[in-house]
Amino acid sequence: MTSLLIILCLILIGIVVVQIGRLTELASSIRGEGEAQLEANDFHGKMMFAFMIVFLPACAISALYYQDSLLAYGPHTSASDHGSLIDSSFNITLFFTSIVFFLTHIALFWFSYKYRGKSDGKAAFMPHDNKLELIWTAIPAIVMFYLVSDGLVTWNKVMADVPAEAVVGQDYTEIHAQGMQFAWNLRYPGPDGVLGATNYKMIGGSNPIGQDWNDVENLDDFHPSEIVLPVGKPVRVRITARDVLHNFYLPHFRVKMDAVPGMPTYFVFTPNTTTEEYRQRLGALDRDGNPMYPEWHEPADETEPNGPKRWETFQYELACAELCGKGHFSMRREVKIVSEEEYEEWLGTQNSYYLTTIRNTDSDPFKGQLLDTEIKARKSEFNDNIQKALASDVDKIIRLKYVNFETGSANLTALSRYELDNVVAAMGKYPTVTIEVAGHTDSTGSLEGNVALSDARANSVAAYLTSKGVASSRLRAVGYGPNKPVDTNDTDDGRANNRRTELEILTQ
Amino acid sequence: MAATTVSPVKDREDILIEEQGFDDHFHDHHHGDRFQSNFIMKYVFSMDHKIIAKQFLITGMFWGLIGAAMSVIFRLQLGFPEESLTWLKPLLGQWIVVNDAGIGTLAPEFYYALVTMHGTILVFFVLTAGLSGTFSNLLIPLQVGARDMASPMLNMLSYWFFFLSGVVMFASLFLSTGPFAGGWTAYPPLSELPQASSGSGAGMTMWTVSLVLFVVSVLLGGINYVTTVLNLRTKGMTMWRLPLTIWAFFVTAIIGILSFPVLASAFFLVMCDRGLGTSFFLSEIFIGGQALDNVGGSPILYQHLFWFLGHPEVYIIILPAMGLVSEVLSVHARKPIFGYKAMVYSILAIAFLAFIVWAHHMFMSGVNPFIANFFVLFTLIIAVPSAVKVFNWITTVYRGNIRFNSASMFAIGFVSMFISGGLTGIFLGNSAIDIQLHDTYFVVAHFHIVMGVAAFFGMFAGIYHWFPKMYGRFMNETIGKIHFWGTFVGAYAIFWPMHYLGLAGVPRRYYSFELFDAFAHFDNMNKFITVAAILVFLVQVLFVVNFFYSIFKGKLVTTKNPWGATTIEWTTPINPGHGNWPGKIPTVHRWAYDYGKDGKEFVSQIEPLAAGEVSDGEGAHH
Repeated sequence: MTSLLIILCLILIGIVVVQIGRLTELASSIRGEGEAQLEANDFHGKMMFAFMIVFLPACAISALYYQDSLLAYGPHTSASDHGSLIDSSFNITLFFTSIVFFLTHIALFWFSYKYRGKSDGKAAFMPHDNKLELIWTAIPAIVMFYLVSDGLVTWNKVMADVPAEAVVGQDYTEIHAQGMQFAWNLRYPGPDGVLGATNYKMIGGSNPIGQDWNDVENLDDFHPSEIVLPVGKPVRVRITARDVLHNFYLPHFRVKMDAVPGMPTYFVFTPNTTTEEYRQRLGALDRDGNPMYPEWHEPADETEPNGPKRWETFQYELACAELCGKGHFSMRREVKIVSEEEYEEWLGTQNSYYLTTIRNTDSDPFKGQLLDTEIKARKSEFNDNIQKALASDVDKIIRLKYVNFETGSANLTALSRYELDNVVAAMGKYPTVTIEVAGHTDSTGSLEGNVALSDARANSVAAYLTSKGVASSRLRAVGYGPNKPVDTNDTDDGRANNRRTELEILTQ
Repeated sequence: MAATTVSPVKDREDILIEEQGFDDHFHDHHHGDRFQSNFIMKYVFSMDHKIIAKQFLITGMFWGLIGAAMSVIFRLQLGFPEESLTWLKPLLGQWIVVNDAGIGTLAPEFYYALVTMHGTILVFFVLTAGLSGTFSNLLIPLQVGARDMASPMLNMLSYWFFFLSGVVMFASLFLSTGPFAGGWTAYPPLSELPQASSGSGAGMTMWTVSLVLFVVSVLLGGINYVTTVLNLRTKGMTMWRLPLTIWAFFVTAIIGILSFPVLASAFFLVMCDRGLGTSFFLSEIFIGGQALDNVGGSPILYQHLFWFLGHPEVYIIILPAMGLVSEVLSVHARKPIFGYKAMVYSILAIAFLAFIVWAHHMFMSGVNPFIANFFVLFTLIIAVPSAVKVFNWITTVYRGNIRFNSASMFAIGFVSMFISGGLTGIFLGNSAIDIQLHDTYFVVAHFHIVMGVAAFFGMFAGIYHWFPKMYGRFMNETIGKIHFWGTFVGAYAIFWPMHYLGLAGVPRRYYSFELFDAFAHFDNMNKFITVAAILVFLVQVLFVVNFFYSIFKGKLVTTKNPWGATTIEWTTPINPGHGNWPGKIPTVHRWAYDYGKDGKEFVSQIEPLAAGEVSDGEGAHH
């Protein structure tokens, strides 16, 4: 109903305007067309002048009004090293173009007003003036030459890749951002500082970026949910896309680069303001204690008037700036710039994507194998356990890890030697220690059979240790079968837990 | 106000044509007239350039209204995202999603379809066909002194290919999967993979078919324009005596002929990728749960091909507007256009540079940063001929005796818009600054002002000025002036604030700004822009009403040369028939800008030179 009324009103207004148009036309033909034209000249000539009086100040005043919202002005100075170069090129261009904007507009509207047609008016015959043409060709050419030079010096500085001799992980950090419909996948190189290889054909399921797990450099890479970077250290972002074009856009850092399927791009920048420093800037108070930027002192959440203020919850943001489909407007990630210490601390909380998600699944090419890192980690864990057992009065048992036997036999699997070598080393380190090697089974099968098998297995461990130079007098091998369970035998997990090889310190 | 018939007393122009004109024996053979014999031949499948011009104009206006209405709908989403759009459901159907509370929202897919169609329609159908198609057709034969185009048949086909292209595009709006929604630039892979966007299925197929038909239309038209200007100029009409309108249309047609085929080739490769499984623009893509086999293609290659047309395209749009404005300003300031030759040379310089700046659209697309060094240089050089043109227009107004009417006011408005939009181009053409501004609202503000609004202003100036030649009537001046002020103030109200949005980092082509803290706090500005857009749209409706009202009821033209213009279209009868001049075609003796010379208000181009007088366009100096 309302919309019908609005439509009716609009039609009526239209009819009124058309009628006014007809009437004025009629009136002017009665009064004489020449007269009417002169009146129109006078009125609209003055209107041109009036427009100038309103328009030009409005341009300047609105710019000042919005100044604090604009990047490069107010609190929004660049948060990256190169950004200030871009901002300064912008300001140089703004300086020249503003002069031209105001002068040409004043001339255009002033002349329109001054030379509005009059009955005694007479246009001058001035077809051309080569000197003038030369002047106003040369001046813009000189200004443009200056702007081009300034712009290109800045451009070539900003867009330069990291120097060839720079070492990744030391001189700069390299991270990976992959655009997809409709999110950014983020990847950090992990402790080795190097991003592992990717292949789009490996994307799928639990492998969103298509990391090639055969490349050991991938094994420590981690996938954070936000970008965290240390202040003052150059970052090279490797930018890729997995479906359509995207654009890696960090407005506060003056960073923007397309993500292109099949063609990795990059952007190198150095953040120079931590998130906390930027927040302080937004929330700054003037000398009288009043907020310098009041809009940042409004509550961050409108429904919570007493909650945190906008400046307190400010986050740098990553956006997409290349149309990528219906969810283009939603590809947000937060970006945090922190001190070097906070960054190290954050790195400590991040876990390798491979180890947490891929390890020993069907996607893992190293399934059933031990990784160097795992061997190393177990070695130090084992030594800790030994020391604890030596120091303890009651807890003298150490459970061996990775010591396994072929099904139904007492033959050690190949991987067992890593743990047994840890035992050999410990026996060498503590020469007075004597131990018992104990084999345990679950309750499945006959008691005699299990005892015999566990006995044989304990003996084959003891045999390995003697073969590595441990005196047989320091060893005792016992098979307990299912008689010393540590868990229930009613579940698979419990039974798996009961099948084990242990080592007990007898004397030290 | 009784209708006046042509005075039986022959005026000076008629006598001059009879005495000095060239007799091509056109009216001795009536072979042309048989094509005018019935209604269908005269008004539908017409080969008369004047009718074809009107066909282009009215079709362009149809598309202009649709394209503008689309922008109003997506502006509603941006300005008033929380308001219910349920009332649009009868029009948009499934694209308005109504929730349980009865609140209707625009589907994001359709928001992007609207944005895409708005761009495509305005750039190609309105500002290329509607502007250049209309005025090249109307003015080239009339102003060079030709009976018609070199090939009236191809000229007719040019319109009907455009019409067909429009039919295909229009039909695509009704597809259940939606029209194409990947932006008017149609960058692959988004435009090639239906898995990536529902509009990239049948919508994109129809979009490419439509635009290939459109390219055919532009080429048929362009070949005709160039041939007519080169071969059918009347006796005495040297190139240096051509009005600037003709120079602009001539150069525009050449640009079109050289660049549109490249666009067509890009579209053919897109079709191959879509239909034949080639990999011109596709490489290493994982989408819809599977890795595609395509490798080795480059989406960047498409961008090179597209912008090799795309950039010249903006000059295809703006040069005709510049030509129209130069002519209209000069006629109504009652002064010669200042620096005629400089104007011609700057048109030529702009046209040349137009072909070597395309990659400035691609600074952030991943191309090697090194090539920006060349494209920045060439791009910013364009500011020089553009500045020359602006200074010449302003100097044309200077010391004039300006007749203020809808035509001249739109011409003055054009100069203002061209300055405002041109200056922001200096920021964007500078690759360093473009890092921050690329694909933000600053770009939206820039191109809308400089090649959207400005081109429309040139078109309006042309329509108001030549309406008497098209229909033998004037458009209503009062409504015209309301149209001007509403559009002039309103267009600045829409687009000026967008500079601030862009400088605040707000990206273009966002359905909603709410998800980003950095972009979410400009609600009032977005509301303001939307309200201004609605008002400006209504003012354009008023223009359309005025246009059709004036065709039938406008004030009649009673003299052949109502504006006191020098160009020879005003020596034809008030309603010129087939062949334009009833007898001989006029002979031209001087340039087109003898206004206020030697105390005479204007001297027609067909007036012979007095003893010792020289025509100023040909290099004489005062």
